[in-house]
Amino acid sequence: MTLSDARARVPELAAPPHDPAADLRWLGALADFCGRYTPMVALDPEGALLLDITGCAHLLGGERALARDAVARLAGLGLGVRPGLAGTPEAARALARFGHGGARGEAEAIARLPVAALGLGPEAETALIRAGLRSIGDLAARPTAPVTARFGAEATARLDRLLGREESRITPRRPPPPLSFVRSFAEPIGRVADALAALSGLAGEAERALETRGLGGRRFEARFYRGDGRIRRVAVATGLPTRDPELVSRLIAARIEALADPLDPGFGFDALRLDVAATDPLLPEQIAAGPPEPGSRERAVAELVGQLSARFGAARVRRFLPRDSHVPERAALSLPALEAEAAAPPWPAPAEPGPPARPFALLARPEPVAVVTEPPDGAPARFLWRGATHDLARREGPERIAAEWWAAPGDLAETRDYYRVEDSRGRRFWLYRLAAADRAPRWFLHGFFA
Amino acid sequence: MSDGADPLAAARRAVWIDTEAEQRVPLGAPLLDGALGGGLARGRLHEIFACEAADATAASGFAAMLATRLPGAILWLRRAGARGVPYPPGLAALGLDPARLILATLPDPTALLRAAADAARCPGVGVVVAVARGESRALDLAASRRLALAAERSGATVLLVRIEARECPSAARTRWRVAAAPSLPLAGRAPGAPALRLELPRRRGGPPAGPWLMEWDRAERCLRPFGETRGDTFADGVLPDGAALPGAVPAASLRGPDPGERRIA
Repeated sequence: MTLSDARARVPELAAPPHDPAADLRWLGALADFCGRYTPMVALDPEGALLLDITGCAHLLGGERALARDAVARLAGLGLGVRPGLAGTPEAARALARFGHGGARGEAEAIARLPVAALGLGPEAETALIRAGLRSIGDLAARPTAPVTARFGAEATARLDRLLGREESRITPRRPPPPLSFVRSFAEPIGRVADALAALSGLAGEAERALETRGLGGRRFEARFYRGDGRIRRVAVATGLPTRDPELVSRLIAARIEALADPLDPGFGFDALRLDVAATDPLLPEQIAAGPPEPGSRERAVAELVGQLSARFGAARVRRFLPRDSHVPERAALSLPALEAEAAAPPWPAPAEPGPPARPFALLARPEPVAVVTEPPDGAPARFLWRGATHDLARREGPERIAAEWWAAPGDLAETRDYYRVEDSRGRRFWLYRLAAADRAPRWFLHGFFA
Repeated sequence: MSDGADPLAAARRAVWIDTEAEQRVPLGAPLLDGALGGGLARGRLHEIFACEAADATAASGFAAMLATRLPGAILWLRRAGARGVPYPPGLAALGLDPARLILATLPDPTALLRAAADAARCPGVGVVVAVARGESRALDLAASRRLALAAERSGATVLLVRIEARECPSAARTRWRVAAAPSLPLAGRAPGAPALRLELPRRRGGPPAGPWLMEWDRAERCLRPFGETRGDTFADGVLPDGAALPGAVPAASLRGPDPGERRIA
């Protein structure tokens, strides 16, 4: 039926344009929703979701109960769902698309599927039906060699995957975490504090699982599934591997507290999931009695870094590594403290005696200043910055810092002449001059000395 | 009362024990250490006020100088958008190992105070430096009491740097007032070692002390009276180029009580 036919019959018909990208986004949101059943969820662009529920079904009382729960919940979002359960993803997809029910057992249901379930295209389909092969069962009963000869290797391969003769796996949409723990509630939880209490229970499960593997978690992700299908994801990271459930709950609570958009339970959370997204080896250790050892101080600092990073964002808490570059902006590498290695290269000790050659604080972006120079060498005598004039009583320079030869034009690619200067009141600054052949030199303020 | 003794005496004893148990870190200059009763108290709250807004780097630099004298990890807390970011090679040039430093940039004064309290509570941290600019209602007496208490429990030394802020009552053990001072120039009028004008307007158990004109000896990592680092203190007999030293007094004219005197507050 064409659109004009349909419009002729139902004048009030609404016909929005097809938006495949939006459909795929919606399917992605539904895939996240199904993360409550298993971390292994894949998208089928033809409007299907594939869930690998190996080892997850018992949490909801079996495969059928899980399927019923999924259908009921998705129906609650206004969706019609056809479930299919089978040993391979291809079989499950074919059963959902073409299954009629009424079969006893998976093998019989697959055998009764039409050959269209192979998805070989209309031409091959017609050829199969002309050959008298109407169902998958008919085709499976044939010897393989003639089928391959007549319909190609693709047909046999598809048949093998459909029948489970060949192993096949889904490619999950998100890489599955090493460990994942789920808890569903019969009644939704309406308070964040209660959800956090349930989460610390999951953290306890995670601790036991990590302990038997000799691992500690570096990244934890909590997902809160709301009754109306919304999902909130809260991730925290730790500097050192840990499996302490109290620490993990505390970090997640701190992160939630710091959320700009607070965690709103709405009509309640009906499932929680805790993933251990990254792990490192962590061997059991003896708890020493007595004064704290150096190792425990480091651990306390690592915990503090984790806590501050969870509360204020990992990018706000940083450590510094030395870099072998004479360009001032590149002499120190700033890393989120959570990621910085403890065994960093040592900082080179300043060799030359005398006052510090580098400023105590650096401006994030050098600021242009107006400078009065004095002859004969054009050294600065006075400068104006942010409306204040500084008369310079002392100065040293220039220290010429050339660009790295491999720098791209515009990327700190100018040669700078730095001056250490001190004004009449003892304030010390780091100025530089950009000399250009064709115009007057420009001056910038780059840092402050203590 | 268990032994029927005077409760006031017991309280006095407790205070006495408390002060006795304080660990002090000498700053290397007998002038300052005398005024501090042996050195800077570890595991306590200290305030450092910049005299003027332009003395911000001097005040932060003084905090960094104190941090070099104290052991352990340094948690440096600053506000986003503050003038200048601590520069690791510059810290190394002062004698402070940048590997000890963790720098946190906080969005607002409340967050800064909260992070400072978290850090002060952490037993693994040696020094917490919090740089706060401007007046803030969050930084009141109660907040400073909380910080002081957390520092005492964990043993972390908290240095609260205040810029463009009025001095108000607090629970700090000492309060410093810091300004930049003209340095003793090197050959060719080059700026010399970092020079600071220090004042102790408040200290536990003593009247205000200072001001002193000090300079930082980065080889020895200690503060010295102005000019002493070069060894030839004013060898030529004149203050070089006669620069104005605002409010500075010669280092020798220390006023304040005899360092041996002890009081119980």
